[in-house]
Amino acid sequence: MLNVNTNIPFIKYRKYFYLISIALIIIGIGVGLIRGFNFGIDFTGGTKIQFNMGQQVELDDVKAVLKDNDIQADVIYAGENHEKVIIKTTAALDNDARNAFYASMEKKFDPKLPEGDVFVESSNLIGPSVGEMLKSNAIKAVLLAAVAMLIYIAIRFEWKFGVAAILDLLHDVLLLMAFYGLFHVQINSPFIAGMLIVVGYSINDTIVVFDRIRENLKFMKKNKMDELIDKSINQTIGRSIMTSVTTIIAIVPLFVLGGDSIREFTLPLLVGVTAGTVSSITMASPIYYDLCNLLNKPKYKGK
Amino acid sequence: MKKTAAIVLAILIACGWYVSLCGAGPIKPLKDQMHLGLDMVGGVSVVMEAQTEATGSELKQLMNQTQAVIENRVNEMGLSEPVVTIEGEDRIRVELPGAEDADAAIEAIGKTAQLQFATADGHVILDGNSVKDAKGEAYRGNDPSLLGTYVVSLTFDSAGATAFENATRKIMNGEITSAVEGMNSNIIMIMLDDQIISSPGVHEVIASTTCQITGNFTREEASNTAALIRGGALPVGLQEIETQVEGPTLGLNAAKTSLIAGAVGIGLILLLMLFMYHVMGLCADIALLLYVLIVFWVLVALQGVLTLPGIAGMILSVGMAVDANVIIFSRVKEEVADGKSIRVAVDSGFKRAMSTVVDSQVTTIIAAVILYQLGTGPVRGFAMTLMIGIFASLLTAVVVTQLYLTLLADSKLATKKFFGIKEVK
Repeated sequence: MLNVNTNIPFIKYRKYFYLISIALIIIGIGVGLIRGFNFGIDFTGGTKIQFNMGQQVELDDVKAVLKDNDIQADVIYAGENHEKVIIKTTAALDNDARNAFYASMEKKFDPKLPEGDVFVESSNLIGPSVGEMLKSNAIKAVLLAAVAMLIYIAIRFEWKFGVAAILDLLHDVLLLMAFYGLFHVQINSPFIAGMLIVVGYSINDTIVVFDRIRENLKFMKKNKMDELIDKSINQTIGRSIMTSVTTIIAIVPLFVLGGDSIREFTLPLLVGVTAGTVSSITMASPIYYDLCNLLNKPKYKGK
Repeated sequence: MKKTAAIVLAILIACGWYVSLCGAGPIKPLKDQMHLGLDMVGGVSVVMEAQTEATGSELKQLMNQTQAVIENRVNEMGLSEPVVTIEGEDRIRVELPGAEDADAAIEAIGKTAQLQFATADGHVILDGNSVKDAKGEAYRGNDPSLLGTYVVSLTFDSAGATAFENATRKIMNGEITSAVEGMNSNIIMIMLDDQIISSPGVHEVIASTTCQITGNFTREEASNTAALIRGGALPVGLQEIETQVEGPTLGLNAAKTSLIAGAVGIGLILLLMLFMYHVMGLCADIALLLYVLIVFWVLVALQGVLTLPGIAGMILSVGMAVDANVIIFSRVKEEVADGKSIRVAVDSGFKRAMSTVVDSQVTTIIAAVILYQLGTGPVRGFAMTLMIGIFASLLTAVVVTQLYLTLLADSKLATKKFFGIKEVK
């Protein structure tokens, strides 16, 4: 893979790349908006409690206890042998309400647990205001990061590279959201962290390509921009793929073996790193090319 | 010279791994030194929001006082490492690793504490009901040695003032014998839930509804002590907005599997680098082994807490640490393909790749810093390890990889085949 001697005319095909990406984004986010994104309790607020019952119990029995306590909730099984149940409410149950509920659960089921196990394995409560804060913080963070990177790239390269990199970044973030919309994957706060890392990581690959374009610009004539860019991308493609492969190799075992809470971090990373690599090859430089064309009105017209 | 450095470094890395895994003499193995996060050892994490209209510096002061009061309370619970932090402007996060009874813990944080003033023989003079006010303020008396310091001013109600006058008179008459170890007989103990928060000495009979505790307080110390005295009650009402209770079993399993997954991931990367870059890959692998050591020990030194997201961040940064090496090696290969000798190619390849490496890592650091600034709780752990990781990766790529690579380029091993480069026609 490393000794690739590719000669793919990326600039020529860029319209198709744009089209595919935009189509994917529109479909994914469209589905997400129509069906609704699957926001978890970090965003919606609510309470999530996991009980270790020691053995499989009837969900209807659990629902009966919930009803006695006037709690509206979803109940699902968890654990290898369905010996656990997870209860999710949209209302925030305060300490007293939780305690009352635990007591009646314990009374009803009287779980026989092996030494060292606990009945209430975990409980999470998220107030209704937290979700809004998360969303606004996420938007703030993405914008801030984008501006800071734009400034850095503008100083180290030139502003057109910066704009192209940021547009590419925006594309990656949208694509990640499209993935979550399309497959209805639950979105909790780790998603935001994952997204921000993708922002940081995807630009990493983009910089490698831009760095090569910058270098080649010194040696080659500028009026053959399309050739120059194609050459730069092909020169760096092996490296772009390799760096992503090493990163993905590091994350995959964690994704496979890690529990649910780790998976919430690793899934956006896997999707985002892949999207970021592909887009840094197929999108970033062509966007830079179109930006140059748009501003310079060159004799040379890309198809 | 370089050779010696390389050998010493290799030995150091090997020793480092040995010590980290097995410990040596006074140094405990890494796993016993690492602070593990709530999500691994189980425990309680509560975020509470202050119910107040205050803003700006007033709010900040309120939050600091609240933090002091809560800290005082959680310290009494006897848990190993409680952490109380102010998050954003008006929220407080309390983390109690190892707390088994979540509800008792949450209740204890929100309860009203019992404030008592007592003499050194343990006799209670008055309780919190008699204290009308306590505040930290600048010293305004006549003692020149106290000018510029802060004091805690107390205001009693009339019953409290009488009791206080009687007690100070007894002390001045020498009628009190200290029954508490480490306390002089002329002091008054101010206790919150049986914990002494201040023990000022009495120098005269105080017959007034107001008095001052002097003692070279800074402004913050004075206002925090005042806050503790004022309240058993918290300075502001707090509403629980986020609670996480994690039993000890879930977390430990997750921690184990994540560590195994991390080891597998790192192992795969080591193999991949060897496979793709042969001898150069070996240099990268040595650098990577050092890198892992650095990240863990820096985390220990910073007293960072290892959380599950933190492990994810660390493993991600391992993947990225290799990136720097990949960029450098690809460049070296290109230079060789251009017809340069291995020695020259390593030299110029390194120089040229460095700007790419720096540019690409700096942009990632920008993202990590912003994540750390805006993030809360677990997200911060993630960003923290990521930042440490990026710096360590730059360091090892620049220093270690370069050292071994140039050394190899000088040696007999420097054939193209060994560098994983196909002979160019």
